[in-house]
Amino acid sequence: MTVRPNAITMRRRRELIGGAVLLVLLALLPLPIANAYLRGLIVLTLLYAGLSQGWNILGGYCGQISLGHALYFGIGAYASAILFTRYGIPPPLGMFASAALGALAALLVGWPCFRLSGHYYAIATLVMGMMVLLLAQNWGFVNAAMGITIPFRKQSWVDLEFRIAVLPFHYLMLAYAAIAWAIAWVVEGSRWGFSWRAVKDDVAAAESLAVRVFPSKMAAAAISGAITAVGGALYAQYVGFIDPDSGLGLSLSVLIALPAVVGGVGTLWGPIVGAAVLIPVQQLSVAWLGGSGNGVDLMFYGALIMALALARPQGLVSLFGARSRAGGEVADRA
Amino acid sequence: MSTAIVVQVALGGLLMGLVYALVAAGLSLIFGLMDVVNFAHGELLMLAMYATFVIHENSGLDPLLQLPLVAALLFGIGVAIYRGLIARALGVRFNTGMVQIFVTFGLSIFLVGAAQLAFGADFRSISNGLLANRTVAMGAIVLPLSQVAAGLVCLIAFAALALISRTEFGRALEATREDRDAVALIGIDRDRVFSIGWGIGAATVGIAGVMLASFYYISPTVGGNFALIAYVTVALGGFGSLLGALVAGILVGLVEAMTALFIDPSLKQIGIFAIYVLVLMIRPRGLFGRL
Repeated sequence: MTVRPNAITMRRRRELIGGAVLLVLLALLPLPIANAYLRGLIVLTLLYAGLSQGWNILGGYCGQISLGHALYFGIGAYASAILFTRYGIPPPLGMFASAALGALAALLVGWPCFRLSGHYYAIATLVMGMMVLLLAQNWGFVNAAMGITIPFRKQSWVDLEFRIAVLPFHYLMLAYAAIAWAIAWVVEGSRWGFSWRAVKDDVAAAESLAVRVFPSKMAAAAISGAITAVGGALYAQYVGFIDPDSGLGLSLSVLIALPAVVGGVGTLWGPIVGAAVLIPVQQLSVAWLGGSGNGVDLMFYGALIMALALARPQGLVSLFGARSRAGGEVADRA
Repeated sequence: MSTAIVVQVALGGLLMGLVYALVAAGLSLIFGLMDVVNFAHGELLMLAMYATFVIHENSGLDPLLQLPLVAALLFGIGVAIYRGLIARALGVRFNTGMVQIFVTFGLSIFLVGAAQLAFGADFRSISNGLLANRTVAMGAIVLPLSQVAAGLVCLIAFAALALISRTEFGRALEATREDRDAVALIGIDRDRVFSIGWGIGAATVGIAGVMLASFYYISPTVGGNFALIAYVTVALGGFGSLLGALVAGILVGLVEAMTALFIDPSLKQIGIFAIYVLVLMIRPRGLFGRL
């Protein structure tokens, strides 16, 4: 890479300005929209933009393709919901517990799994996710398969409960996605960021350059797990309900990873672009095609994943060619 | 708890384990050959089960007699998946490993949707086959004939796989696995070997599907659970190892049955997962895996 240091600094400054502009635009976006369904769609899109940004830190920058991220999402959702409903601890505080537990869980999963590479790692994370799903379905403390309902008491920013009004959730999810983006921006330019890309490209070469492979993978896992867990806590407040299937299922793990994959793995804008395309398409296809449970929505969703993965393996952000070239680091391999 | 019950449950687990082993063998073959994990593997099993069901409903042909038919059908589906999707996924210049994972995931979602469209979400079963409602009794131990037959057929299929690996094609398969670029120099058509490999991998699942269909329920999502067990089995036995798939499959079947008997039927998979995590810690490449 023959990019002069100040070119990188310039690019990162441009990214920051771009992020700020996008933040303002997204803050204004719901104001002219009266339709509640449409607003809800945007809320979900923002949530997945943040979740996938979290996945991208481990799966994209560090190249460890996790198919078990629902595990961290579910732990975050359950932690905050249980602290709130049983111990009266408001979600804004509970979320810190979610983040800590999500990071801890990611470290516990990473410890045995990071010795595996490629597909072996992907399958190990998938199995870990299913294991926790099965345990949650049978564990009385988390109400087993019944799930936990968060009863609505009063409209409150302390309890993060808002009846009907989607707007507060819009700003919550926007803040979440923005913080996830900002974390990605910071780590991308940090020492960790460079270690991760080295580990992703060639483990042996990274080791020979004194990159500490295992600790850098663990760091990526902890940050990734924490971001995903906070997303889970927000989701539980938004929906008011969490159960093993909605919080820990395999399809959720895939849905967390997909925006980054579709948008561009290991890129700052990939998860946002991917979520903006994928989540509305997926939600609308369920609403329009799958109403009667006939499976057409699944066929459409599956075909879309296949088509996008084959047609744009480097992600949709590569369509904005000039920006990618300025980055000079888009041509990475998994 | 009497000894007879324990032996009976263990034998049942052993027979189910042979089915798991055959499903895992197909997955392992494809992985060993070209480093591709088929995340739609369970859906191939589901397709084979529905094919058996539909043929049985329409022609009355017994599942047992459908074996060659469904195996051939699945062989064709396997080749088609390779030619239509996998060959393309292997040809992309970016993120090859990731593209392969998500293409097969997309395929699995697509196939579940297609089955739901064609057959609805209801559970189906074949209740009046030749093997149905008969038992094999050995003293106090009674086993359903359909499961005994399934175990035997899967064992025979394993023997057939072992024989294939000794043929000319088997050697070409082994050579392609060793070095997929060098084989072109000695006149092996890599693309052909890959597509036949996919055909055999899918046909293997097809055989397991036919035998399962005569005693297991059939639904669009039936494959997911078997696929999960197959991933664990393959990881346990070692990716690419035929013997590993057989031993690990039997082990998984036994552990599952024993967990269900001694702990709780709803937790039967926890035993499997526990063994998996243990092997992961002690021997990451699996019991018979090569590094």
